[in-house]
Amino acid sequence: MKRAALILAVLASPLWAGTDDLTATGDLGLVIERATGSLLVIDRSDRAAIGRVEGLGDLSHASLTYSPDERFAYVFGRDGGLSKVDMLTQTVVARTVQAGNSIGGAISDDGKLVAVSNYDPGGVKVFDAETLALVADIPAAGKTIGLVDVPGRRFAWTVWDTGEVFLGDFSGAEPLIAMIGNAGVNPFDAVLTDDAHTYLVGLFGEKGVTAFDLWDDAPKPEKFLTDYGREGEDMPVYKMPHLQGWAFTEGQYALPAVGRHQLLWVDRATQEQVATTEMHGQPVFVIAQPASPFVWVNFATPLNDVVQVVDSRSHEVVATLTPGKAILHMEFAPRGAEVWISSRDDNKILIYDTRTREKVAEIAADSPSGIFFTARAHRTGL
Amino acid sequence: MRKALALLLVAFPAAAEVPPDRAAELEHLVLQDCGSCHGLTRKGGLGSALTPDALAHADAEGLALIILDGVPGTAMPPWRPLITEEEAIWIADYLKKD
Repeated sequence: MKRAALILAVLASPLWAGTDDLTATGDLGLVIERATGSLLVIDRSDRAAIGRVEGLGDLSHASLTYSPDERFAYVFGRDGGLSKVDMLTQTVVARTVQAGNSIGGAISDDGKLVAVSNYDPGGVKVFDAETLALVADIPAAGKTIGLVDVPGRRFAWTVWDTGEVFLGDFSGAEPLIAMIGNAGVNPFDAVLTDDAHTYLVGLFGEKGVTAFDLWDDAPKPEKFLTDYGREGEDMPVYKMPHLQGWAFTEGQYALPAVGRHQLLWVDRATQEQVATTEMHGQPVFVIAQPASPFVWVNFATPLNDVVQVVDSRSHEVVATLTPGKAILHMEFAPRGAEVWISSRDDNKILIYDTRTREKVAEIAADSPSGIFFTARAHRTGL
Repeated sequence: MRKALALLLVAFPAAAEVPPDRAAELEHLVLQDCGSCHGLTRKGGLGSALTPDALAHADAEGLALIILDGVPGTAMPPWRPLITEEEAIWIADYLKKD
């Protein structure tokens, strides 16, 4: 009887009524599983993994960005692979191996173009977001880093070997590429402020950070923080700091010192250093907890089992957490209630409540590194 | 010159002996931490390629010195604070034959 009822129910339900099977993507995300070349699909509300996408190649140092409708992810692999992943079907729907070695990418503000930053051969390639067909190929004299999207279908990037900074405009029939200045010796990464006003380039080969005012029609390099850590020897940098999460908070930039176990605070308006915070190790990611005065920091190996929280008003460390072994990344829920932390060597994602700073859940993952929630689709610069 | 060579020989035993569990840790370090810059498959990244092919003409002692002392003016840091000379030789051998 029960079976008959079930069959009847199935037969009776019109095709469009299957709403229970539909998934919205607004609270989904992807975790890079770097060793296995796979992505774990996560559901933020359920605090759970809901699937896995495989066959993405070498995902060491991989990153990704999302389409404006939060359905597709564009995954930038170390081996030059660019993959388009459908969050709904959890499959790779397009893939191209577009270079020998790449480092990251960005999607244009209108969602039409995906740009990839390449090490070998150095340069930037731009693809149609729909088909992954090549739209433009812009060679560079070295490894390109710090590729960001700039409003108006533009991208900015920097060359590690030469320090040159480029702004590419892809809004017309032909791309317009302009060299806007030289950032300095060996820029290691760059980031765009949330208001798309300032492109900040961090330097490894010399002290300092170089800012470009992208609201200006003729941006010029302006160097600051050129004399931090004057006293004493620099320490070895066992992992390059990342700037994509650079915190902008309380009218300040919170920056990782290179070769120092310090966080540097710079007044956003004057570019003057206002404070230094002594930290547990070489900062890698410095990320602002949304809707709060706090920034969260992780560290380079071998001191990478700790996360510290710093108050941007007092510049003091207010919490030191030990979530697990080899903490590689942190991603906040868009409104800041939770932070998801990847522990590569414990093979776990740890979920912390940001008010209590207590762990509320954990998810198994295979050597997890970057965690990316779909809300990134609506953030400038990614 | 001969003295320097002798010193080198003293510093770097021909075959590096590392206990099995430490070897596993070193293997992990090569994969993950070297991999950050040189790639998990060691085909290169910010750092140069470290595949056996790429290292065919490099000798293990020279590689061990680079690992221990880094390359000034580049992003390659000195690993001497974290590993011994014997372990550096072990890593060099491992990279060349792996």
